[in-house]
Amino acid sequence: MTSTTLTAPTAPAATSKQRGPAAARARRKRILHWIAVHSVAIAVALLFVLPFVFVFLTSVMSDSQAMSGDLWPDSWHWSNYKEVFETPGFLGWWRNSLMYAGLGTLFTVCSAIPVAYALAKFRFRGRRTAMLLVISTMMLPPQVIVIPMYLVWAQQFHLSGTLWPLIIPMAFGDAYSIFLLRQFLLTIPKEYIESAKVDGCGEFRTMVKIVVPMAKPGIAAIALFQFFYCWNDYFGPQIYAAQNPGAWTLSYGLESFKSAHAVNWNMTMAATLLVMAPVILVFFFAQKAFVEGVTLTGVKG
Amino acid sequence: MAMTLSNPARRRLRTLGFLSPWLVGFSVFFAYPLIATVYFSFMHYNQIKEPTFVGLRNWTYVFEQMPLFGPALRNTLWLVVIMVALRVVFGLSLGLLITKIKTGAGLFRTAFYIPYLAPPVAATVAFVFLLNPGTGPVNEILGTVGISGPNWFNDPDTAKPSLVLLSLWGIGDLMVIFMAALLDVPKEQYEAAELDGAGAWSKFRYVTWPAITPIVMFAVVTGVVQTMQYYTQALVAGKVASGVNIGPGSVIQPGYPDHSTLTVPQLVYQMGFQNFNTGAACVLSLVLFAIAMAVTMLLMRKRSGLLSAED
Repeated sequence: MTSTTLTAPTAPAATSKQRGPAAARARRKRILHWIAVHSVAIAVALLFVLPFVFVFLTSVMSDSQAMSGDLWPDSWHWSNYKEVFETPGFLGWWRNSLMYAGLGTLFTVCSAIPVAYALAKFRFRGRRTAMLLVISTMMLPPQVIVIPMYLVWAQQFHLSGTLWPLIIPMAFGDAYSIFLLRQFLLTIPKEYIESAKVDGCGEFRTMVKIVVPMAKPGIAAIALFQFFYCWNDYFGPQIYAAQNPGAWTLSYGLESFKSAHAVNWNMTMAATLLVMAPVILVFFFAQKAFVEGVTLTGVKG
Repeated sequence: MAMTLSNPARRRLRTLGFLSPWLVGFSVFFAYPLIATVYFSFMHYNQIKEPTFVGLRNWTYVFEQMPLFGPALRNTLWLVVIMVALRVVFGLSLGLLITKIKTGAGLFRTAFYIPYLAPPVAATVAFVFLLNPGTGPVNEILGTVGISGPNWFNDPDTAKPSLVLLSLWGIGDLMVIFMAALLDVPKEQYEAAELDGAGAWSKFRYVTWPAITPIVMFAVVTGVVQTMQYYTQALVAGKVASGVNIGPGSVIQPGYPDHSTLTVPQLVYQMGFQNFNTGAACVLSLVLFAIAMAVTMLLMRKRSGLLSAED
């Protein structure tokens, strides 16, 4: 997306060369408008960025200074970060978060592709109903079904204290990813699929060889969303992993980290930034896919 | 090949094959637990002894005797109304602003968008620190200009508004959605309106607004559903702000201070996983479900982005 504007296009070169009070007035108005818009934008942007700045500055303060309300560190204690990593359990939380987010994403993508493909490109009875059911699943608060699910995982499968009850269901289609990918697949012209079939491709081969390569941006978007969802999830790990600190994720462990360092805001802020860091790094590498995905949910969706 | 494709039975089987992951997932992880929630709402069950049928006892308990149900429901509805309204207004304003920016648009867009990505727990812990009454940078700055800042997360009157601030910081997703919708409005319509002598407000009222109404509806519907599930931020803010030395899994009265940040989902967790009152927890789940569904259907009646996605 480029910086397109909603205002009428600026006057063509021929008219702007005209001299006279009217042209000068128009020019002055445009400049004032530019200044006004950009001043507001800078002010708002500062409000959005300042929390990160304060969190970072506090994360490198000494223990005592971090409690003082000072805004600028007297001396830079980079060792705070080292200390955070040396906190018992912290590395394990990383491993668990990576496992949950990595496997969760893989499972989601693999199961969403065939379902979304069928919903977008097959004609069959009940297609509309299936779409409505997918949407209503998206709309269901997770708390509504968590109790029976917990009982099944804990009592029948004895998997409480692990992250598997969160990871396994992702192999069976995540409604949000299916919906999003299906919207994306609708934009692929059906001529490509038809010509693949004329060439003798079966439905599965058409999907793997033709549709998946063309749908890469859509697949990247659902993969990113799912990765972030798992990385950020707090409710799920609280339900299933709470009893077993060895299964905690970063998002879940962070709060206990704060409790363990009750007064050390500097450590807590360093840990907070470390929890945010992977998400923000991934965003910078995959900005386009991400913004495309958000747009797709809202506008085409 | 053409022969096999035209075979309807084969085709049905093929469709089922492609849909099978979702069909299994839908029945096992959606339909079954939903039915089981209804079943348990009529049972007394402490997760150890066999469940016993108690009729409507759980329902009357929740609605008539449970002391925290009233505050939790009121807080949840307060958050739904205020948070969704402010998020939509603020998200739309930011979307309008970003479409008017000509220099450094990418930089501004990133600045507005990045907070949305911050994991909720991390963002909440950071905000409790920033708004810490005694030592936080925000009150420190307010102090230098002679304002004595509020107690934010530590005052029942300002705890929920502080949560709203936190959620407005993460407005990036709505901004992007509105921005895309605004860029989709045909430029010719603005030119035509200008020829008719329309001012900025008339252009918004008669050109922009009708074009983006479905997206606004989409934002409202998804916002309501998301806020009905509001959990992590409220819980973490209450726990961290209370300053009590407690780890995850510990039993505390949620909703610090004075239950002002207690939401229905928190109550579901407390009932189901701390008090082991499965029946009451399932009743609460169903209340949540009923409200979310009712609001969604009400809003979907008008043409929303979700319904127009149907074909």
